[in-house]
Amino acid sequence: MSALADDALPAARLPRLLAGLRLDRAVSLDEHLARLGPLPRVDLVAAVEASGLRGRGGGGFPTGAKLRAVAARRSRPVVVANATEAEPVCAKDEVLLRHVPHLVLDGAVAAAAALGAREAIVVVGADAADAHAEVARAIEARAQRRLEPEVSLRLAVAPPSFVAGEETALVSFLSGRAAKPTFKPPLPFERGVGGGPTLVQNAETLAHVALISRFGPDWFRAIGTADDPGSALLTVSGAIRRPGVYEIALGTRLVDLLAEAGGVTATPQAFLLGGYFGTWVDAARAQRLELSAEALRPVGASLGAGAVVVLPASACGLTETARIARWLAHESAGQCGPCVHGLAAVAGALDRLAACDGKDMRPQLARWLRQIEGRGACRHPDGSVRLVASALDVFEREVRQHLRGSCTGNVR
Amino acid sequence: MKTLRVNPIACDGHGLCAELLPERITLDEWGYPIVDPEPIPGSLELHAKRAVAACPTLALVLARAARGAVAR
Repeated sequence: MSALADDALPAARLPRLLAGLRLDRAVSLDEHLARLGPLPRVDLVAAVEASGLRGRGGGGFPTGAKLRAVAARRSRPVVVANATEAEPVCAKDEVLLRHVPHLVLDGAVAAAAALGAREAIVVVGADAADAHAEVARAIEARAQRRLEPEVSLRLAVAPPSFVAGEETALVSFLSGRAAKPTFKPPLPFERGVGGGPTLVQNAETLAHVALISRFGPDWFRAIGTADDPGSALLTVSGAIRRPGVYEIALGTRLVDLLAEAGGVTATPQAFLLGGYFGTWVDAARAQRLELSAEALRPVGASLGAGAVVVLPASACGLTETARIARWLAHESAGQCGPCVHGLAAVAGALDRLAACDGKDMRPQLARWLRQIEGRGACRHPDGSVRLVASALDVFEREVRQHLRGSCTGNVR
Repeated sequence: MKTLRVNPIACDGHGLCAELLPERITLDEWGYPIVDPEPIPGSLELHAKRAVAACPTLALVLARAARGAVAR
């Protein structure tokens, strides 16, 4: 434990969230408190606002503004820690819950205390059995210690669907209805779980909140960029030597992240940044890119939910995108016509292009992508459109080659 | 100023709105309305109200221009 005490006040260096992490088991409550001490009483809303923290669940919305919006409501709020993480290429929230569950619980409790909420609900995905077990144990340990008698921590399991993690879908599910997105307004901060104002935050975001409450906004801003401060967890997969979850200072170059992950296993062709709602970026363009909101904006990308997928030169980006588009179409909540029919049509057109059937589906695809965007109750269609549009751009040569009947990739 | 909005969950694509307000509403190839987000001028307000009233699923709403979103 003395080794842990050495980094008790983490300086302007990494790791932050993953400090004190052990691979064999979760950090216990004793170890956690020995390293970081109890949660201090601070003006959390002001501290988080000053920190510039942005949500790490995909939207990138300023966390302080969300806290402020809930704090301004008159009735008693509820806090929800969203760790559903249904994206197949993301594993960061699961890693946090499996290894440092108390950091996430601290963030949820700190937010609840600051807002006067009596209940904080941690929602994990249906297939995250290990994370579920660790969180259950961590909640039990805190209850036995009577660490925060004013806040009741509860654990819930989301149904196994991608859209269940969307915040209005979570609110609906936690209120006893279907885990499907609802029409907005109202947003959760206006009317959420059980009708009360609800703060829904991604698990990683809350882990940052736990550290900001202890070390303050200036400490948080000591790394990262001015516009996108702090550190972030990225899940690196694909043609990479050591796939896994890495903590970087925002603004770190992609090449440096790849080096930290052991380097690529094949010449990269493109990178999928941000996950299934993300953007393909050509490898030549991507390598020097800095991983921050402002550096990625000009190339139309963002870190989204923190996924980086390395596509090797030997693979077909079009085939890969067709597969993802089919999955996304399948994961539609099935509520909104443009999403149900539009995503199915897009997936079908990509299948035809990927299969080299000779029909040029590009005009239809362009029209559908234009039409679908913004016409769902949630952003499922928008995220899907973004991914496919970037694929048609980045893999344009591949598309033309397919129209001539051949595919660069090792088609299975 | 008021704008037209569709609740896409409630909408079943009956298409009456596009017939009553073709100036602002077209249908996509699956029959679901694509609504012009621009504010409805006074000259069209009556037609817009008629389209709203005609929707069998009450999916079309005429509301004051959207507030700035506080959270996504």
